[in-house]
Amino acid sequence: MVSYFLFKKDIHSEIRSRYAVNSLAMFIIVTISVIMFSIGAEEISDYLTGGLYWVVVFFTGMSGLSRAFVSEEERGTSLTLQLVAKPSTILSGKLLFNLVLTFCMNVVITILYSILFSSFVLKSLSIFLFAFFLGTIGIAISSTIIAAIISKAGSKGTLYPVLSFPILLPLILILINLTKSSMDGVSFNEAFVEIAFLFSYDVVMTAASFLLFDFIWKD
Amino acid sequence: MPIKSFSKLWSSIWKYFLFILMSFVIFAGISFPIVDVPKNWYEFPNIPGLGENAKIIFFHVSTAWISVIAFLMSTIFSIKFLRKKDLDDDVKAVTSAELGLVFCILATVTGAVWAKFAWGEFWSWDPRQSSIFALLLIYGALFALRSAIENDEKRAQLSSVYSIIAFVTVPFFVFIMPRIMKGLHPGSADDSTSGPVVNFKMNSNMYLIFMLTLVAFTLLYIWLWQLGVKSGKLKNKVLL
Repeated sequence: MVSYFLFKKDIHSEIRSRYAVNSLAMFIIVTISVIMFSIGAEEISDYLTGGLYWVVVFFTGMSGLSRAFVSEEERGTSLTLQLVAKPSTILSGKLLFNLVLTFCMNVVITILYSILFSSFVLKSLSIFLFAFFLGTIGIAISSTIIAAIISKAGSKGTLYPVLSFPILLPLILILINLTKSSMDGVSFNEAFVEIAFLFSYDVVMTAASFLLFDFIWKD
Repeated sequence: MPIKSFSKLWSSIWKYFLFILMSFVIFAGISFPIVDVPKNWYEFPNIPGLGENAKIIFFHVSTAWISVIAFLMSTIFSIKFLRKKDLDDDVKAVTSAELGLVFCILATVTGAVWAKFAWGEFWSWDPRQSSIFALLLIYGALFALRSAIENDEKRAQLSSVYSIIAFVTVPFFVFIMPRIMKGLHPGSADDSTSGPVVNFKMNSNMYLIFMLTLVAFTLLYIWLWQLGVKSGKLKNKVLL
C-alpha cells in the first residue's frame, strides 16, 4: 500500500515538472529521426528495422529511467524516504513508476515505428506481444536497480548506459531474435524457448534486485 | 615447529611444482604430434573437422574455465563483503575480478585465433562470441564504476552489489543463450555433432593432458590471486 502512495507521489511530481516524460518523448523523436535521416531513400531489410526498434527502446530508456532515484538524491529527499518506508517498499514504488513509464514509452515507440517504417510488419503478433511485455518488464527492472546504484555513486549520468548495457544485453539479443521470428511468422511453439528465457530473466532480475536493494539504499 | 617449517617448505615447493607442470602442459599442448592412429602415449588422435587446430583447445578452454571460476569467486567474496563489511573481502573480490577479466581477454583472443582457422574469420558474432564480449563489457563496467566513486566503503559496497547483479546474468550468457541460438561453436542449437569435443573425441592421454592443463591454470590463478590479495591489502594499509 505504501509503495502505491510512493508511486502516486512520483506521478504527481512528474506531472508537475514533466521532466522525464519530456526528455523521453524528445529522445524518441530524435533517435527515430536520426535513423530516418541515415537511411534516407535506401531500402533497408526487415530484420534491420526489427533490430533498430530495440536500439531506439534501449537508448530512450537510458535517457529517462534513471530519474526515479537520481531526482531523490538531487532534491535531497532520499533520507526522508529512508525514514518513511522500508527499502523493499521504496523499490517496489519506484519499480511501479518505471514500469508505467517504460510501458508508455514502448507503446509510443511502437506506434510511431509502425507508422514510419513500412517494412516493420509483424506476421505473428502473439510472439511480438510476449516479447514486448516481458521485455518492458525486464528493461524496467534492470534499469531501476542500476538507477539506484548510479544515484548513490554521485549521480554519474554517463555511467548509467555503461552499467546498464551489459546487464540488458542478454535481454536485448533475445528480443531482437524474437522480433525477427515474429516478422518471419514463426509459430508460437518454436519461439517458446526464447519467451521462457525472457520470463526467467525477469524473475531472476526481480529477485536479485529485491535482495540487493537494502545494501544500495542504506548508507 | 616441524609443522610450521613444513608448511613454509610447502608454500615454496608448490610453486616449483606449478612451474614444472605448466612447462610440461605448454610443451605437450604445442608440440605433441597429431596422428591418425595414435600408438605412443605422446600422440594425439586426429579429431575430424579440427585437425591440427585441436591443440589450441588446451589453452582456450582452460582460460575460459579460469575466467568463469574467477568471476564466481569474485561474486562469492562480494556476498561475503556485504554480510561482514570487511574491506579485505572487497580486495579479494576485486583481485579475482581483475584476474577473471585478464583470463577472459585471453579466452577471447585464443577463441578468435581458433575461429580464424576453423570458421574462416576472427570474429563473426557467433552467440558464444557475443556472450564473451558481454562478459568483458560487464567487468569493464564494474571497473568504470569503481573508478567513479571516491569513498572506499561506498565503492566496495556498490561494486559488490553490481558484481552480484552482473553475475546473475552470467548463466544466461554462458550457459543458456549459446545453446538456444544458432551458431558455430560446439553446443549450439543446430549443432549436429552433439556437444563439446571434450567428452567424445579425445583419447585417454589427450584427455589426461587436457585435465592437467586445467589443474595447472587453476593453480596459476590461485597463485596470482594470492599475490594480488597481498598487494591489495598492503595498499589499503598504506592508504589508511
